[in-house]
Amino acid sequence: MGKLLFLSILLSSAVNAAEKVGMPQLDTEFWISQIFWLAITFSILFILLSKIILPKISANLETRKSLILENISTAEKKREESESKIKEYNEIVEKSKNDAKSMISQAKERLTKDIILKKGALEKDLSNEIQKAEIEIQEFRDKAPERINKIAVETSADLLHQLISADVNSSSVSAIVNDLSSKIMSRYYGN
Amino acid sequence: MATNPMAQFEVYRIGPEIKLGSIDISFTNSSLFMIISSLAILLIFNLGSKKNSLLPTKIQLLAELSYSFVSKMISDTAGSKAKPYFSFIFSLFMFVLFCNMFGMMPYSFTVTSHIIVTFFLAFFVFVGVTVIGFMKHGLGYLKLFVPSGVPALLLPLIIIIEVISYLSRPISLSVRLFANMLAGHTMMKVFGGFVISLGIVGGWLPLSFSVALTGLEFLVAFLQAYVFAILTCIYLNDALNLHH
Repeated sequence: MGKLLFLSILLSSAVNAAEKVGMPQLDTEFWISQIFWLAITFSILFILLSKIILPKISANLETRKSLILENISTAEKKREESESKIKEYNEIVEKSKNDAKSMISQAKERLTKDIILKKGALEKDLSNEIQKAEIEIQEFRDKAPERINKIAVETSADLLHQLISADVNSSSVSAIVNDLSSKIMSRYYGN
Repeated sequence: MATNPMAQFEVYRIGPEIKLGSIDISFTNSSLFMIISSLAILLIFNLGSKKNSLLPTKIQLLAELSYSFVSKMISDTAGSKAKPYFSFIFSLFMFVLFCNMFGMMPYSFTVTSHIIVTFFLAFFVFVGVTVIGFMKHGLGYLKLFVPSGVPALLLPLIIIIEVISYLSRPISLSVRLFANMLAGHTMMKVFGGFVISLGIVGGWLPLSFSVALTGLEFLVAFLQAYVFAILTCIYLNDALNLHH
């Protein structure tokens, strides 16, 4: 009912107004009214916006901004942390690699040193032995003709004694043996 | 209602005549559309600021984008000193914008197509800016009329020109908005009239023109509100940061 009344008032006023034309902007009849209502509506709008609505929007924007900044900073922190962890990890890996390398090389060095040492000792021993053996052999060699002569003289004397049961002058036997043996020996010992 | 293209700007009384002494302050269609625009602004921005979700809803996004848009406009043109006047410029921009936009609805009334309304707004801005200027700089604000680096011979002439240009600010500011609204709406009405008078045979051309003009008028409605607000910012900048 009120709506209908309002509409009918609106319509009749519009029809009334349409009768007088020209440039309605210059018609001073409603100037004061327009200024009055403009002042009222605009001041109310301004007060409500500035006191209630705009601070809320500003606060909303501010909280969102700070929240986002906070999130970004925590993310950044996490990233830095993980980066430092990766660095640490890499360092550890690198260090253990180096350790292993140095251990291997040390062991190698120690082993080669050991081997060289033992080899050297062994070689020394061997050469000593060889020298000793050579000396022995030389001794044997040096003494051999003399002994052989001696044995030959004794054997010849024994043989002669048993054959003709006579003592033979050992010096004459040895002279003969020496003569023979020097002939034969020269065949074995070329000197 | 009427075929006269000016009839759309007619102000008429709604309801009884209200008199304050001998002054007529009756409620008119102009007042109605001022109230409608203000209510629409309050409704939209109230809805847009009610709840603060990290991922804004559409209406919240609208409110926040408008907020940052105006905020950026002010800080770009008038610097950080203009921050206390943000609420006023925001209200001014939104009021003009919504009045312009509501004026685009058929059978509606464009509040800003009336010189008295735009002049009152512009005059208020002018007075406000002048008061702020004198409060910040005292009589030094008069240096605004003396640009630096001007030969002494030309100085009197320049000062006169500067004073005239300063005093004509409210007129240029108000006439710009008023004339744009008036011309656009009159044109639309005229072309609309052509569509009817040329009928089904020849009416297509003005109709297509009218469609294009509607798009243009929406652009103008936004642009003029923006220009009004940004010029206010520039005047405010003069008052806050005396550059000359």
